[in-house]
Amino acid sequence: MTVATNYPAATAYRRILDPANRHNPYPYFAELCRVPVQRLDADTWLVSSHEAITRLLRDPRMSVQDRDIDTTDAPLGSDGEPVTGPFLFRDPPHHDSLREQTMYRFAPRIMGLRPNIEMLVTGLLDKRLSDQPGQLDVVAELAYPLPVGVICELLGVPPEEEPVFHSFAGRLTKALDPEETLTEQEITELAVTRREWREYLMPMIAQRIEHPGPDLISALLTDGDPSTRMTLVELGITLGMLLIAGHETTVNLVANGTLALLRHPEALARLRTDPELAAAVVEEVLRYDPPVQLTGRRATADIELDGHTIRAGEHVSLLLAAGNRDPRRFADPDAFWPERPNNAHLAFGGGVHYCFGAALARMEAQVALTVIVTRLDNPRLVDDPPPYRPNMLLRGPEQLRVAHDGITG
Amino acid sequence: MNTSAADRVVIVGASLAGLRTAEALRQNGFAGRLTLIGAEPHEPYDRPPLSKTVLSGWLGTDQVLLPRTCDLHAEWLLGVPATGLDPAAREVRLADGRAVAFDRLVLATGARARRWSDPAEAALRGVHLLRGRDDADLLRADLAEAVEANGRVLVIGGGFTGSEVASSCRDLGLPVTVTQRGAAPLAGALGEVVGSAIGERQQAHGIDLRVRTTVRRLEGDASGRLRRARLSDGSALDVRVAVVAVGSVRDTGWLRGSGLTADERGVSCDAACRALDAEDRVVDGVYVAGDVARWRHPRFDTGPVSFEHWGNAVDQAETVAHNMMSEDVRENDALPAFWSDQFGLNIKAVGMPAVADQVVLAQGSFEHGPFVAVYGRTGVTVGAVAVNSPRVLDGYAALVTERAPFPPVIDALRSPGRMVPVDSRIPHPVQELVTVLEGQS
Amino acid sequence: MRIVVDLNRCQSYGQCVSAASEVFRFRGKESLEYDHVPDAASDAAVRRAALACPVQAITLATATEEISPTEAAHR
Repeated sequence: MTVATNYPAATAYRRILDPANRHNPYPYFAELCRVPVQRLDADTWLVSSHEAITRLLRDPRMSVQDRDIDTTDAPLGSDGEPVTGPFLFRDPPHHDSLREQTMYRFAPRIMGLRPNIEMLVTGLLDKRLSDQPGQLDVVAELAYPLPVGVICELLGVPPEEEPVFHSFAGRLTKALDPEETLTEQEITELAVTRREWREYLMPMIAQRIEHPGPDLISALLTDGDPSTRMTLVELGITLGMLLIAGHETTVNLVANGTLALLRHPEALARLRTDPELAAAVVEEVLRYDPPVQLTGRRATADIELDGHTIRAGEHVSLLLAAGNRDPRRFADPDAFWPERPNNAHLAFGGGVHYCFGAALARMEAQVALTVIVTRLDNPRLVDDPPPYRPNMLLRGPEQLRVAHDGITG
Repeated sequence: MNTSAADRVVIVGASLAGLRTAEALRQNGFAGRLTLIGAEPHEPYDRPPLSKTVLSGWLGTDQVLLPRTCDLHAEWLLGVPATGLDPAAREVRLADGRAVAFDRLVLATGARARRWSDPAEAALRGVHLLRGRDDADLLRADLAEAVEANGRVLVIGGGFTGSEVASSCRDLGLPVTVTQRGAAPLAGALGEVVGSAIGERQQAHGIDLRVRTTVRRLEGDASGRLRRARLSDGSALDVRVAVVAVGSVRDTGWLRGSGLTADERGVSCDAACRALDAEDRVVDGVYVAGDVARWRHPRFDTGPVSFEHWGNAVDQAETVAHNMMSEDVRENDALPAFWSDQFGLNIKAVGMPAVADQVVLAQGSFEHGPFVAVYGRTGVTVGAVAVNSPRVLDGYAALVTERAPFPPVIDALRSPGRMVPVDSRIPHPVQELVTVLEGQS
Repeated sequence: MRIVVDLNRCQSYGQCVSAASEVFRFRGKESLEYDHVPDAASDAAVRRAALACPVQAITLATATEEISPTEAAHR
């Protein structure tokens, strides 16, 4: 197996990150996918086949935790261990209790949310009823306000606070960029934003301790066994994570989905006549153009994979977007085919860190795409390709202008 | 030799393995006549829920029917057991006197619960087996009465079925005693170390667990109703219901004289699911799938065994259909996998923990919360069990597939050498079986 | 509708429970329970659940034929 070592590794990483490829990175990913496991640099591997990614996502020897982090000043969490970050970036067993507590309170609250999401999306389109025929930026006017509106509803944040949440969501999302891509100023700003976020949350939390409501924050504060309940610090970090992790990803899912449908008018027409197709459309969007393109892990032990040995301590980049178009797993992988059978895509990752908000993201996208295709008369793409955000990790258009002949009421 | 459209395929056994074989045959393009013969009068249904959601009352026995993924255009002969096989005439004889001719035959008759050894005691009202829908209906009705009377349930045998029955009875609020001949429940499949850890949790759910204990006698009253059980520890228990869960046997007596190698341990076949005769030669046109199949798994150096696993029925059904329809003979080497849900625990296992000599705790703690234990045999990883940790098991399955060294290194960065394997304490029957069989090979 | 879940494949991601909570549920922390024969009223939700399953463990019936009762009665 010498293919990998012969591969121009540094070039590969540069090409993955190159914004010039952003409008269509898939031909290059298809090249990468031919070699399931390859070295990127001295201590990083790139994994791009469906099988290898699936396996590593569920491997107990893959860590998400930054083990070099200085924990001397870190406050202690509910398990007596230093709090080093949200559960998204913590390994079992520390991850487990925090995720479980949050999930038990989150999952039942989203189950009945479909009608509320329908109202939210409908309301956003209604705002534009007056200026038809015209043009709609699906990103700014629909995809962007939707997840923040939903999370505010879950957290019991009054509507007048939504703009504040919007602003935090945008600013905190920087935390998801790879650290090496941030400037010193951006890192400083991020620290300030985090402090402001904590300060903003404090009175909200205090108020719910006094007067618990039916919302998620109140439940996290008061439900369950007090001896294992998350601390206030953990709560703040968890809420921040829910806000950012569910924000830009959902924006991108709705935008990427709209784009895919507009580029495949026959699928769009079928969704318009059969709203039940929405679930299948969303799964195919998740495979075809996933909002999260890449995820990282670090090996905690030597792992044999595809003829290579990934050494303990080495980093592994899992190129989810490439695995989603692996021809060994998906027939005709570049085709957008909602009826695709056995669509076990990797868009939400897998294993213990499987996307916490996947069910909510699915629901939001199913509703949004259905409403868009049923209410916009003769929708057309204004720019193809649309301008993209520079972030490689989270893929989505900056702006998605759609011309239409009117919005039906 | 391919199966052609002129051929008639007869499948004896209309449960999971038989149904999946029929589906796979049609999906692989088989266009000939297809007949399914079932001893039970019911169309195919799923057995695992019987001891869980059905017994605890959530689902009726008519809510566990299996879906069919294609039209089978089959003849269904249900409620009629097969009583004989004439390989020369190529026909199966049925209990109602009919003979059904075949070109290709699939044996998928499954297993039945081993009966209580004393027929008079077994006949007492209140003494139950649990294998099929009808068993579940009878047991449910009796448990409902026991709830009214707050009568104790005795579960004889702490294997998976016994433990799941005990769990469901606790859900119903019934007092439950479980007797287990060995030192821990589930020990036959998972060893005494893991079995004891799960046993502790069963006890925390209120089970009166009696290990190293057997039932000496079941006593009834004048009306023939179970009243009391006398145990080997000298105690006597007033019990309303007893569930006999002491393993399973395969009814293969009807195959006597057929040239196949069959006994209560199963029908011998190769890894390609082809039936074998006494000299281990393939019997032309006869295949075996599911619980009744006894074979040597190509991934493990053990003797022939039967896998009473849901997944094994599914995998072998695929293998049979493929080998009937295709020139290239495929062996089934899918990694064995099984699960159990009991006492709020999701127990999932891969590989063959039952052949291990050592076990090590890889994640979590035996005392509380989730855990994963890995099994090794002569320095090779052969299995793993995940308790309330279903999302990491695939990673361990990969270690078993690779035959990774045992104990595996999971976290070299944090604490190298932390894991200390101990004797897995798989009780004698399995280990003896393996040793004996290895001695033969 | 009839369904079956391959519980060897299932890893308790809970997407089915979110999509069709009247059909799928968790018992304890990780044990999935479900109705094999859900009401027709749940068909759309069950289809969504099957599509959303990350390990594609849910099989839906697609057969149109009935098992002939005359054969079943023959005993």
